[in-house]
Amino acid sequence: MNLNESDTEINEVIKAYPPERQNSLPIMQDLQKKFGYIPRNAFKKIGLYLSCSEAHLYSMATFYKALSLVPQGKHVIRLCDGTTCHIKGSVQLRDEITRLLGIRDGETTSDRLFSLQLVNCIGTCAIAPAILIDETYYGKLTPADLPAILNKYRKMEEEREKEIEKESGMENGEKNEKEEAS
Amino acid sequence: MTRTILVCCGTGCRANGSMDVSLALTAAVAAAAADANVCCVTETGCSGLCELGPLVRIMPDDIMYYRVRPFDAHEIIQKTVLAGEPIERLLFKDSSGNHVLHQADNPFYGHQKKIALRNVGIIDSRSIDEYIAHGGYSALARALEMTSDEIIREVEESGIRGRGGAGFPTGRKWRSAAVLESSPKYVICNGDEGDPGAFMDGSIMDGDPHSVLEGMMIGALAIGAEEGFLYIRDEYIQAVKSMKKAIRAAEKRGLLGESILGTNRKLYFSVVRGGGAFVCGESTALMSSIEGNVGEPRAKYIHSVEKGLWGCPTVINNVETWTNIPFIINAGGKKFAEIGTEGSTGTKVFALVGKVKYTGLVEVPMGITLRKLIFEIGGGIPNNRKFKAVQTGGPSGGCIPASLLDIPVDFDTLKEYGTMMGSGGMIVMDDHSCMVEFARYYVNFLCGESCGKCTPCREGLRHMQSILTNICSGYGREGDIELLEMIGSTMIDCSLCALGSSAPNPVLTTIRYFRDEYEAHIREHRCPAGVCKALTAFSVNHATCKGCMACNAVCPTRAIVRLNGGFPIITKSCDGCGSCRDVCRFNAIEAVKGGRV
Repeated sequence: MNLNESDTEINEVIKAYPPERQNSLPIMQDLQKKFGYIPRNAFKKIGLYLSCSEAHLYSMATFYKALSLVPQGKHVIRLCDGTTCHIKGSVQLRDEITRLLGIRDGETTSDRLFSLQLVNCIGTCAIAPAILIDETYYGKLTPADLPAILNKYRKMEEEREKEIEKESGMENGEKNEKEEAS
Repeated sequence: MTRTILVCCGTGCRANGSMDVSLALTAAVAAAAADANVCCVTETGCSGLCELGPLVRIMPDDIMYYRVRPFDAHEIIQKTVLAGEPIERLLFKDSSGNHVLHQADNPFYGHQKKIALRNVGIIDSRSIDEYIAHGGYSALARALEMTSDEIIREVEESGIRGRGGAGFPTGRKWRSAAVLESSPKYVICNGDEGDPGAFMDGSIMDGDPHSVLEGMMIGALAIGAEEGFLYIRDEYIQAVKSMKKAIRAAEKRGLLGESILGTNRKLYFSVVRGGGAFVCGESTALMSSIEGNVGEPRAKYIHSVEKGLWGCPTVINNVETWTNIPFIINAGGKKFAEIGTEGSTGTKVFALVGKVKYTGLVEVPMGITLRKLIFEIGGGIPNNRKFKAVQTGGPSGGCIPASLLDIPVDFDTLKEYGTMMGSGGMIVMDDHSCMVEFARYYVNFLCGESCGKCTPCREGLRHMQSILTNICSGYGREGDIELLEMIGSTMIDCSLCALGSSAPNPVLTTIRYFRDEYEAHIREHRCPAGVCKALTAFSVNHATCKGCMACNAVCPTRAIVRLNGGFPIITKSCDGCGSCRDVCRFNAIEAVKGGRV
């Protein structure tokens, strides 16, 4: 998670759309996807670009559930609490996630790996109760299934970090070699 | 013979691992290709029976396999595809234990009639060629030769009513937009489908995107629009991808853009992702959202057909309505009107979910009875439990009790009994569902979704929420039921949009049909279904208990212990979640009065 979103990065997202007001929602959705939230300084830039007030954009950002003003974790767990999931035990899943990760609806773990969002329906009612992590669906869950699923993401993250370390190690190594040669 | 393997990749089967099955089958085909000219593997949209997924169907033999795992792939290719022999263990077993080979012989599929879902689960949704090979875009070609009046007359004759919920006659809507002379005009597809418990629109957009586009194109021709929008909810990742891809493919083929099929008619479509607000399913709020504003509804003293998107004439229809249009143009409105009932023609897609054996998507002629839908198609209630109620129409609908199982399902009959068709969610409940808690759930949901613009909805929902929460926590008072009824009727009369005026339906229908449950909560501090935690304790019936301890394995607090030859539940540790009761195969765990109150 990069918390110092640069102006160029924000501008890049904004300029991908023509300056028409109807693009305010897609721009904010793209920012949300890229940064996990709408950075504070983005409102001013969007407002200038689309000629609308910051207040207007702010009212949209607080109205639509897909947008967030606070940073989200790397993996967003969308726990479905649609009717079918509700009668088939989504509440138990919620309690178990809270127990495992120590976060409630709308919160993010301190290592910024997971966020929990209770959502209304993810359209997989036939295999309720279900959750959606990023773009992967998991259905017919019981609380006992959750530790394994969450660990999979933890492991993925560990491996990615190891790879980054390796790469940066290699880069340093190459540099040293070059320096030695010169 | 060349055989095609259809792998269902709807969201339900995807979650069950159908992508892995598809990969394994592709690999197995490649391995076998050396000794035969084998088949191709196609990833399709939702085939319907999500409960038994991943589903695999081999064509043209029409052999249907259920619960397929990646390691079955090799056997499927060797036995079924190359030798034409069925694999028994992967087949469906009917109630008398016989194996069912073909899809149509499975009672789940046998009673269905597919119009809106005609291609879903059969064609590769990513390929425009397959759509065309299945007769796609022939209705568009036909419509291009018809006048606007002829198209609309066909739609009027079909008698089709909007599938989004309210059931407004589609032909009449188009006619009132077509007669207006102003320009530009717009067509919109409402793919927001925020109803919890419904997923047919998402499945259609994902599994057969071109039929939605074709319907919209015909609608645009009829009213004289040159631009269209598809408003799709953000959670439907697959549907968004699939629709965007379909639009690009249609543009490439010259079906969309500067000229439709070489004529001088222009047409542009684009996808708008929803922001995740339930109220945006309401047409005026949806348009406000497309314009780049907060999705709040406005009063409808001016119809959207006259002044809709950016103040221009706009026709907005639901996904399922649009997909029906190509069929109507091809087969003729008369043919469509022959299906269903007089007041509700055609078919309706339902999401049959909840406590029913075979959950999934079904499409049936209007007028089918609830009993047939739930017991013959859905296979009844799992674990031989008792049917209690079915909820239709999502948060705007209501509950229908067992005594009304034989009523026909159509727009007007459902309304008569206090509920509505809605987008087609059908949530079945057994005797482990508390109707008061259920009403509380919907009110709680709507409380968070009300845009807050009008007082009856904003304050009424909050008030109902606090009363229902009190009743569920054991603090209900005499007079609460009457108060709920009064607030409900005020909201119905005075709310600005359909969200507020239909919001009391779940509360009012549960009071109407399950008043005794409300009274038990209020007067006896007892939850008859054993769901409301504050009023329920669980106890083990030692006469039927076999001591398997399956209950303890699922208990999050390990509250069930082995003590002196019995299995008491430690009240102090028990969380009241009821997992133990759900898992017990001997019905040995009983809900009793107790809990925290």
